[in-house]
Amino acid sequence: MARDTLTGSRIRERRLILGMRQAELAREAGISASYLNLIEHNRRRIGGKLLVGIAGVLGVEPSMLSEGAEAALISTLREAAADSGVPVAELDRVDEFAGRFPGWAEVLAAGHRRISTLERTVETLSDRLTHDPNLAASVHEVLSTAAAIRSTASILAETGELEPEWRDRFHKNLNQDSLRLSESSRVLVSFLDEDGSGADRRGMPQEEAEVFFQNSGFHFPALEDGSATPEDLVRDEPDLTGEAARSLAQAALAQYQSDARAMPLQALEQEISASGINPVALAGRFNCGLPVVLRRLAALPEEVLSQEAGLVICDASGTLLFRKPVTGFAMPRFGASCPLWPLYTALVNPNVPVRRNVVQHGRNAAAFDCMATAWMQKQPDFGEDPLYRAVMLILPGAKDAEDPQPVGASCRICPRQACPARREPSILKEEF
Amino acid sequence: MGRHVVLIEDEPNITEAIRFLLMRDGWSVDAHTDGATAVEVIRDAGPDLVILDLMLPGKSGLEIVRELRALEGMQALPVLMLTARGQMRDREMAEKAGVTRFMTKPFSNAEVLTAVRDLHAQAGQG
Repeated sequence: MARDTLTGSRIRERRLILGMRQAELAREAGISASYLNLIEHNRRRIGGKLLVGIAGVLGVEPSMLSEGAEAALISTLREAAADSGVPVAELDRVDEFAGRFPGWAEVLAAGHRRISTLERTVETLSDRLTHDPNLAASVHEVLSTAAAIRSTASILAETGELEPEWRDRFHKNLNQDSLRLSESSRVLVSFLDEDGSGADRRGMPQEEAEVFFQNSGFHFPALEDGSATPEDLVRDEPDLTGEAARSLAQAALAQYQSDARAMPLQALEQEISASGINPVALAGRFNCGLPVVLRRLAALPEEVLSQEAGLVICDASGTLLFRKPVTGFAMPRFGASCPLWPLYTALVNPNVPVRRNVVQHGRNAAAFDCMATAWMQKQPDFGEDPLYRAVMLILPGAKDAEDPQPVGASCRICPRQACPARREPSILKEEF
Repeated sequence: MGRHVVLIEDEPNITEAIRFLLMRDGWSVDAHTDGATAVEVIRDAGPDLVILDLMLPGKSGLEIVRELRALEGMQALPVLMLTARGQMRDREMAEKAGVTRFMTKPFSNAEVLTAVRDLHAQAGQG
């Protein structure tokens, strides 16, 4: 039944809402009750003066009665019927349903829209689990190590007489692999660790901005040579689907551009080549602050720096605003990181350079040279509290790693139960 | 005449365990870690059987099998693929590439030995 033939249903609906009897409406409109009955059951078309009169009695615009439910609602109801997977016998009466029961129709349409949204979320998460290269690598590492342990342990347990040389070799392998398994399991747990606040994590602005930076290797030649602006780089960038993500990326790129102007690539490259990585000396040479130097070093290509470099930036709440990962140093994807990071020591000692060798618990004892400092975001006015941010450069292969400071990634996945900095229980056991 | 297997696996301790098992079972084991040179290694060695990891540095196990099958005389060579990826889709891709048998990690030693013996017997060389 077409929508414009449902005027009668809408008249009836409106009359019932008002609690008006059919005879009463008929009298006020100057027609017989039996004729109104035919109209209300859509057996007589209605228009013109009579429609205007009835609409006046019912206190609505005539178009409310003649046009009825919105086309979008009808369309959504048709989609709901099609997506239900079962044949809907009354599909040809969808207009009538929407016209006679607009409230229920809207409930059904809203339910259908919600189902569609949830289905998209499920698809996104499923796709992430299936295709995320980090997850795939972590799972592969865990399963491969488990395979090695299983084979080696079986040989040791099931082989009657084993030559001492083989036995010693397998014991050594077992020990190595058990360490690797604890390490790779921790990385996997770290990956899966999430606070549950974001159903569709790929849609989270910060994560989108991080993907954008990762895909560019954290280095932007167009900003180095001035051939593009941050706006140019984020415009039409497919990794940045939302305005919030574009805004975050653009702000980080603006910082990058400013740092690159303070420390031009070519001059910086020559300085590093001549004198090595000495952030304080570089700050003096380029007449800029230490935060600029630390950020700038992390933005250099690996061939210029001759090594990997990670970077984290936090605000005064300790929340990580920017993360450039570095191999072997776990950074939490969500939630707060380890309060023992030198980043936080710097945060509570603004403008004081902090340098520590750190090692993450159980992570193959690889030490990292961490340099951090905190700076005031902007000059506060009198009576205004200052706001600080802190930055930490993370360089692998600490030189003086005699007694590195143990740190973690985040409390949830850190096995050091007795840590004085612990803020919540770990999901890992101490011996893990 | 001894039975000869080429093992391409980048996990040294898995290699060591499989090498030990197969040597005890009478096989000579030629182990390599690099995917990039695997096809040449297999072609030159002319083994009775190949055990191949799926994820290898240099070249994936699937690429290796595809290239291998395109070589003359390599169509019937039994290839046992070891992988941490055990989804149906991965199995189908492996079969399409020419893998003879697919085994997911972590596997037991008995499974590996049984698979190797079966494949060898099926190839009519046992």
